[in-house]
Amino acid sequence: MKTQDPYDNEKTRRKIEAMVEAEERYLAALRRERLESEATPLRITGRRTFLAAAAAAAGIGGLPRIAGAAAPPGAVERPVPADPTKVQGTPTNDDGGYGSRSQFESEARWRFGTPTKESSWTMTPLEHGMGIITPSGLHFERHHGGITTIDPSRHTLLVHGMVEQAKKYSMADIHRFPSISRTMFIECSGNGLTEWSKPTLKTVQGTHGLTSTSEWTGVPLALLLRESGIKPGAKWVLAEGADAAVMTRSIPLDKCLDDAFIAYGQNGEAIRPEQGYPIRLMLPGWEGNTHIKWLRRLEVSDVPYQTREETSKYTDLMANGIARQFTFVMEAKSVITFPSGEMKLPGPGFYEVTGIAWSGRGKITRLEVSADGGKTWADAHLQGPVLPICHTRFRFPWLWDGKPAVLQSRATDETGYVQPMLKQLTDVRGLNGPIGSIYHLNAVQSWAVAADGSVTNVHA
Amino acid sequence: MFTLRTAKWLGVSACAALLAAGCAATQRSGEVPQSAYAGGKLNLGTAPTTAEIAHYFSYPADGRGLPSGSGSYAQGEKVYQTKCLACHGDKLQGTPLGDRLIGGRGTLVNNSPAKAPVKTVESYWPYATSVFDYVKRAMPFNAPGSLSDDEAYAVVAYILGEANIVAKNEVINAGTLARVQMPNRNGFVSPDPRPDVP
Repeated sequence: MKTQDPYDNEKTRRKIEAMVEAEERYLAALRRERLESEATPLRITGRRTFLAAAAAAAGIGGLPRIAGAAAPPGAVERPVPADPTKVQGTPTNDDGGYGSRSQFESEARWRFGTPTKESSWTMTPLEHGMGIITPSGLHFERHHGGITTIDPSRHTLLVHGMVEQAKKYSMADIHRFPSISRTMFIECSGNGLTEWSKPTLKTVQGTHGLTSTSEWTGVPLALLLRESGIKPGAKWVLAEGADAAVMTRSIPLDKCLDDAFIAYGQNGEAIRPEQGYPIRLMLPGWEGNTHIKWLRRLEVSDVPYQTREETSKYTDLMANGIARQFTFVMEAKSVITFPSGEMKLPGPGFYEVTGIAWSGRGKITRLEVSADGGKTWADAHLQGPVLPICHTRFRFPWLWDGKPAVLQSRATDETGYVQPMLKQLTDVRGLNGPIGSIYHLNAVQSWAVAADGSVTNVHA
Repeated sequence: MFTLRTAKWLGVSACAALLAAGCAATQRSGEVPQSAYAGGKLNLGTAPTTAEIAHYFSYPADGRGLPSGSGSYAQGEKVYQTKCLACHGDKLQGTPLGDRLIGGRGTLVNNSPAKAPVKTVESYWPYATSVFDYVKRAMPFNAPGSLSDDEAYAVVAYILGEANIVAKNEVINAGTLARVQMPNRNGFVSPDPRPDVP
């Protein structure tokens, strides 16, 4: 019998390859479209522009453009008139009262190629992001047991354990509480896990796509807990989801009484099923996994529960064999989204370098950009309003001389913390395998711009 | 007459009153949203019944609340073969579908990107209670939460037996589970030492 590999090299290689392949499939489709379209290479996509151009060139305006051409997800395929001023447009409210995006826009989340589609994740296409809000339909996902379907009229939230009075809330009860709205990012602590030992994925969607920002609306958790009354000695709250994973995480009570809230709204409407409909726990600045989706239960306790997700997963194994546990905060991070991997600059000249920065500890106070691999840095413009624990858009005017360059961004937050270089992180945490300690990689990202304008992911 | 100017004045006045009362003290940063409500209990929600609460479970490391019932290695082997083997492999070695469950001791201390540490129940999980909780909660993947307490105890007995953590003749139950000494029991540190770079 073949003896098993003493290390998990095979499994890890498979995991990384599956991710590379998933991104490659996405890119291959886009490249085909780009070849067909001769579209501007500035954006990674191009197909929709091509279809419009082809239809116009063929003089088939007013007729369905291409038989069987499917609209991108979230769009409706409509005939494109040769001259939109000479024919009436689509009738008002013909979309049933809920709008869709343009059929010429096709950016989408892509899924990491896990063996099951139920335990998997998708990445936000940050390279196309504008401003700071992620469209709800492009918000990254991480599921451990699929996306459950919950009838809100039957959903309840139970609060019990070390409380004076256990409580059960219907969704109607929850909606009666005083509410808040908060625009904030959620980032999976596994964001960038492929990038610890070498540059692996090609696009910013692959390297950084597990972070997204929405405006979330809901009830401060402190108000809910006050209804029950906390007993002396309580220090932790177990949060449990109603999905097939029955996801559980132990959360320090202090956080629950500070800025935690229970969200039922996302970007002005009910939160999406894949984000935890009808309610999700929000812990501003903390790793995404703790934001329990489909929240059904909160149990107040004196000890953490040592659940599977806070012991065997979401712990950061250092080189000395000791794993850090309960590493909740997402530290300051930034990434240039334009230009970024797989894009191609058409030639020397002016470009507005842009990207996002964020910190789980508060506001971004400074963002520096380097075009020479970190030798010199210059301050970028932070687009206001700069909100604490929120994606912050930065912009930097850059005159490219056409020579090879390495673009980097470095964020500083209001605590004075400066986003580290990768080597600073691995010097302290070690490199325990190809994907290191997996979680909490917040290093400076480098994009190399070659003389021909092509942009690639590098470690610099 | 109620004018725009009056409304503005009232607004300013209300703010001043709040400041005087100290209500604004909760504001840490101008942009951190705070509840507009600063009163007492709202008396919303209802009291759940004991039965409703008993429907849920989660077991901390001291084993409190663990259900009655028990399971042996031999019973667990049967359960494993019918309900776990397809994903976790006939030798608990794992497959692309399910994690490897045993082995890996000695691989956690490592500073080489060429060697991937093997994190299994045997090598990495600090508490046996977490294994029981998770198996009962979310396994098997194709029928989550379907095992009886006896079956869940038995599967844990089988995994821990195969991992050479407990003897194969030991019965796992509410009394014995929390006393299991996992090899990596002391392999975790908290609180979080970050920020850990200058």
